Amino acid sequence: MSVATDSLTKPTAGSGRKLTWPWMLLGLSAVLAVISLLRIVTGVDDLSSSGTIRATLIAAIPIGLAGLGGLWSERSGVVNIGLEGMMILGTFGAGYFGYFYGPWQGVFGAILLGAAGGLLHAVATVYFGVDHIVSGVAINIIALGAVQYLAALAFTGVPGGGQTQSPPVGQLPSITISWLSDPLGEIENQNWFFISDAAALLRAMVTNISVLTIISIGLFVLTWWLLWRTSFGLRVRSCGESPAAAESLGINVYRYKFIAVITSGGLAGLAGGYLALVAANAFRDGQTGGRGYIGLAAMIFGNWRPGGLFAGATLFGYTDTVRLRGGGESVHALLLLVAVFMILLAIWQWRQHGQRSALIAAVIGVVVAGIYFTTTEVPSELATMTPYVTTLLVLAVFSQNLRMPAADGKVYRKGSAG
Amino acid sequence: MTQSRLSRIGLAFAAPVLALFAAFVVTSLVLILAGDDWIGVWGQILSWPSNRSIVNILNAGTVYYLSAVAVAIGFRMNLFNIGVDGQYRIASFAAAWVAGEAWLPGYFNVVLAVLAGMFVGAMWAGIAGLLRVTRGVSEVISTIMLNAIATAVVAYLLRKVAVSEPGSNIISTKPVPESSRVPGIPMFGGEVYGFIVVAAIVGIGYWVLINRTRFGFDLRAAGSSESAAVSSGINVKKMILTTMLLSGAVAGLVGMPLLFGQDYAYGSTFQAGLGFTGIAVALLGRNHPAGIALGAILFAYLDEQSNPLQILLDVSPDIVKVTQGVIVLSVVIAYEVVRRYSVRLEQRQVAAALDAEVRPKEVAK
Repeated sequence: MSVATDSLTKPTAGSGRKLTWPWMLLGLSAVLAVISLLRIVTGVDDLSSSGTIRATLIAAIPIGLAGLGGLWSERSGVVNIGLEGMMILGTFGAGYFGYFYGPWQGVFGAILLGAAGGLLHAVATVYFGVDHIVSGVAINIIALGAVQYLAALAFTGVPGGGQTQSPPVGQLPSITISWLSDPLGEIENQNWFFISDAAALLRAMVTNISVLTIISIGLFVLTWWLLWRTSFGLRVRSCGESPAAAESLGINVYRYKFIAVITSGGLAGLAGGYLALVAANAFRDGQTGGRGYIGLAAMIFGNWRPGGLFAGATLFGYTDTVRLRGGGESVHALLLLVAVFMILLAIWQWRQHGQRSALIAAVIGVVVAGIYFTTTEVPSELATMTPYVTTLLVLAVFSQNLRMPAADGKVYRKGSAG
Repeated sequence: MTQSRLSRIGLAFAAPVLALFAAFVVTSLVLILAGDDWIGVWGQILSWPSNRSIVNILNAGTVYYLSAVAVAIGFRMNLFNIGVDGQYRIASFAAAWVAGEAWLPGYFNVVLAVLAGMFVGAMWAGIAGLLRVTRGVSEVISTIMLNAIATAVVAYLLRKVAVSEPGSNIISTKPVPESSRVPGIPMFGGEVYGFIVVAAIVGIGYWVLINRTRFGFDLRAAGSSESAAVSSGINVKKMILTTMLLSGAVAGLVGMPLLFGQDYAYGSTFQAGLGFTGIAVALLGRNHPAGIALGAILFAYLDEQSNPLQILLDVSPDIVKVTQGVIVLSVVIAYEVVRRYSVRLEQRQVAAALDAEVRPKEVAK
């Protein structure tokens, strides 16, 4: 966890280094090494089993897709707190189209309904110039009410369905490469330092992996390429940095903001669809559980960049998975990591002459270490707050290194350039 | 002159009327498209409420009002306290625990518990304030995280102190002793929460604080332009922290009418989600104490009147959530449209006046 933040987000955070392939691989290996070490020190083997990694991926993808939606929107200068509502619309779209027409139609329905939410947000914020957060909050209220109303209408009386859930929907195809999967499983079972963990990671990637997971990962790469490697992306980003300058160069700022915010809604809808189609196999009321907000946090954690966002989503997915699978015992093991991280941070801050923050970090580190050594497991209720505390902790430590698009959240009126 | 004042009043009412109309149209469209009996639905919602319903509306309105004031205090300073939800839940738990322990007799116990709730609410909001001023963490994100953390902390602590009723899996804190329960005010053949008085006092206090004190002036100044506030010597960091603490303290009051007037304990069934209703109501009421009161009553009215829809017409009452959401969104859009229209109107008037002034001079030349 600690190394993930150090090696993955730091290079993008203003130090001038780019997130290139060698850096990513180095970061990934470092993360694996740390988790492997933690596994051996604490004896909690499930920390890096292929099952955990697989579950992490399934937990991380919806958060990541929601964050990707936030990225599109905020890169064009529109804050999108309505991601949660658009995700809720997506879960219903997947449940409705998935049950009545088929799983692929479910994916389409999720994207469509999410994009409709995005369109509403774009009309309110871009065209009418409403405060972005106000519009987002209103969309969350409308989406929740609309989905509860429509679900009661669509699924009451349908066999296996009810007021708050759809009947099971069909499965999307998944891929297993068995000639790779089985030998990797044997290496994983040896419990060697690092090698077994790397094998577990590879095994999770080739065993029973849903096509939608692969598509979702592809969307990260596609987003990066579109936004940072094409003139279209440059225009979108220029609307988020300085809409006045963009307009003076002949860019239709409204059009680009509309495209970006509708895409944002579509991605958030897909995130909801993923929950209904892959993570579960039906629509349920309250399925999103605040993941839209976590996605937003993951995006901020990732410094408004796809690579960092992916790392953030993985981190949240991992802490949540560890809690769900191992319960209090596994979360307890993570406490040791937090303690070590906070103490290292204290030393680093001290050398940077940040005495006060060093002191705070040291106190937190010692307290967490104290909790680790005096208890044997974290109560299950408290374990549920792991991802949220992680987010707060990470934001508190790294917020100074973050830079959001310059005109993010500001209302822009057409013709105000000049 | 009178004409312009008339049009100004007309414009002020235009926005809410437009918004209500938009909400009516959108809700009707949804109902018609879904094939539900839309005339029947409006017939039920717009019928005059029974006496018992009026009492329920006033009671729910009281709670919404407190929640919305807590949100509005932050709004005036440009702070988005989404965390009212977590703040009131953790504060209600703390107050219920203190009241259940009954260290003091009678009403002293109520005062102590309410103060404890306000203190806990303020501290919970203070975490977000502190993170904002020391580390620059956006309060929008930190309060969302703190809401989720509050859920976990309350669930844990509740299990530690809970007494469970035999034969039920609902757990709750020790009940508030009889002597410390706040009696209702008899009205419309029922009893309205005694805390409605507290809500009214909070509303007046909020108005005085914002409009009649130096602190309120500083707060509004910092809210409308941070750089102007800094250059006039206002300590913006201190203002942010104080505002968050105040907002959290009022959020701590949100659960009190329920605790001392209805539930008498904090349990796993305590009403949740009031903080989010508060955000909507504060937006609807334009952060003005009287506007918020109207908004709170409107929301409570819609909730109460939609309750029998399921039984009467087999329509899910969740449809009013769509109505409420559309009201919030269209009211802000309508205010923006009306504002643009009045700016254009003013420009035209000024231009006309200038024109009339300039032309005779030209002729004189």
